Amino acid sequence: MNPVSTITSPAVPLLRDNIDTDTIIPSREMKTTGRAGLADGLFAPWRYTDAAARVRDPAFVLNQRDAIGTRLLLAGRNFGCGSSREHAVWAMAEFGIEAIIAPSFAPIFKANCLRNGLLPVELPEEVVQSLQWKMVRIDLPAQTVTAGDRQWQFDIDPEAKQMLLEGLDAIDLTRKSQPEIDRWLARDRIERPWIYLGEES
Amino acid sequence: MSQTLFDTIWNTHLVAESGTGSSLIAIDRVFLHERTGAAALKRMAEMGRAVLDPARVFAVMDHIVDTRPGRGDGTLMPGGEAFISETRAACRAAGITLFDVNDRDQGIVHVISPELGVVLPGCTLVAPDSHTCTQGAFGAFAWGIGSSEAEHAMATGTLRLTKPKQMRVRFEGVLAPGVTAKDMALHLIAAHGAGGGKGHVIEFAGQAVGALDMEARMTLCNMATEFSAVGALIAPDAQTFAYLAGRRYAPASFDDPYWRTLASDPDALFDVDIIIDSASIAPMVSWGTSPEHAVPVNGAVPQGPDRAHQYIGLAPGQQLEGTPIDAAFIGSCTNSRLSDLRRAAAIVRGRRIAPGVRKALVVPGSMAVKRAAEAEGLDRVFIEAGFEWRMSGCSLCFYAGGEGFPDGARVMSSTNRNFEGRQGPGIRTHIASPETVAASALAGAIADPRKVLAS
Repeated sequence: MNPVSTITSPAVPLLRDNIDTDTIIPSREMKTTGRAGLADGLFAPWRYTDAAARVRDPAFVLNQRDAIGTRLLLAGRNFGCGSSREHAVWAMAEFGIEAIIAPSFAPIFKANCLRNGLLPVELPEEVVQSLQWKMVRIDLPAQTVTAGDRQWQFDIDPEAKQMLLEGLDAIDLTRKSQPEIDRWLARDRIERPWIYLGEES
Repeated sequence: MSQTLFDTIWNTHLVAESGTGSSLIAIDRVFLHERTGAAALKRMAEMGRAVLDPARVFAVMDHIVDTRPGRGDGTLMPGGEAFISETRAACRAAGITLFDVNDRDQGIVHVISPELGVVLPGCTLVAPDSHTCTQGAFGAFAWGIGSSEAEHAMATGTLRLTKPKQMRVRFEGVLAPGVTAKDMALHLIAAHGAGGGKGHVIEFAGQAVGALDMEARMTLCNMATEFSAVGALIAPDAQTFAYLAGRRYAPASFDDPYWRTLASDPDALFDVDIIIDSASIAPMVSWGTSPEHAVPVNGAVPQGPDRAHQYIGLAPGQQLEGTPIDAAFIGSCTNSRLSDLRRAAAIVRGRRIAPGVRKALVVPGSMAVKRAAEAEGLDRVFIEAGFEWRMSGCSLCFYAGGEGFPDGARVMSSTNRNFEGRQGPGIRTHIASPETVAASALAGAIADPRKVLAS
């Protein structure tokens, strides 16, 4: 995972509540078992008037000239609800989105973001509204969002922050706790033997 | 200090605390399906990472398998076969137990996991599928994760988590006739919003929850993800243990005193408490494009977002009952179990679906459900009424690019998501209980099941 520190970008507004992962990437756009090649299907139901022929809808915000090359999306409440498909995050990252600012995120989507170096920033609805099309700077170390002369602080889980900043791989990090895991398993095999299938207890 | 059931499960599984406030939580069970499982296993293989304990990892083909009789690996979804063949190869290589396309135990992951006793009270279970919360009905902490987290869980037997906040939802009193667990879930989401669970773990409690059978409890917990909750659970009771005892991967008996510890203390504190008067719940139908857009079946469409009205083609103030429908779907991890099919069959028995209903499917949640339903003759009841009777799978709960509903169809569906395009581009989904779907299929329009039950 690439480290994340600061992101400066015009903020493209997609301010609908409850945008779901079926809309971010529909099931029919998940054509392979890999992580790549998904950006084309991002927001397919909204981005294209004819998804099969890839005819773009000029009215959709990501097709507008000012949105080209954006790294930052603004969204409504409960962004990323629905299916757990990590493809939604892979598609956004491949498209070039590096951060999303929204009043709230669905929990699985948020966790998927953090595992892929996509920064989810939660700010109150009125702040998100005020950022539309502004040049916005997100500073992860300082946990601030700046637009013009206004600045807001945001919360982030300390471990998620550290992992994003250092681009850490969660599995590598957890492997450092292998002795604790082994000790826990040894004890649990005695306490809850029914959990351990295929072993004579 | 008094503890909730979730506290107890959390503490049991706490392996270590990181210096930065997260916890390493042991994962007892992982369940994969072909839609997201192959991606996780393939990447692990690429990274040279092994599955720590393959005996505790399971997989099933459910999401894109064909549900027509006589099926093989062929799928109507373009490119779908690759998901099936790659999942099969990856499971074989990793030594994971796979319930393959034509296995007699095949079915929707959240239907077969309890049938086989994979989920157990007090355990942690994850699957790269948002409806994993269904399995919390057994008093487990079960929740949906992404592929990366699935890799983490399989490689290390743990996940790194920050302890979620906790919410208790108490359904007090007794449900009215014709009102089901599906209606409880829709009522809750409509009242508190699709973001109302906001990252909490929910404990469902109260008289009406205790009165639900295990299958109905799964229906209630299933839609916790539509409430933006991490997971939901219901404290195990005699019914839970009786359901699981002796199943293939479950203990033969639940006599160990440990099992009685799986309950919240009476004075345990939750971050949020919601109380609902169960008698006030009516059969619910969604009118819009979010599960929070739901009202009683005899109600009117309220004012919602313009876009939702536009997509669904219903204006504020319009009555839902009597709105013509084009198709009906009974199935999904929400409502495809034997009791669901029995209740729907009781409505359609001896009747015919309306001529305007151009596609009507019943898709049992598992091959075991299918066999049990056939032993009772339910397949004949549905077929004689005009429904297609399918093999088990997720089917048209979502549109994967293969089989679909007629263009622009308005569908009454016993599923969990009425998002724009979920069941196909332009398809307008109304989610409801199986009996409401069945009654509507007979009427050819959105209908109140209580009227059929009373007639």
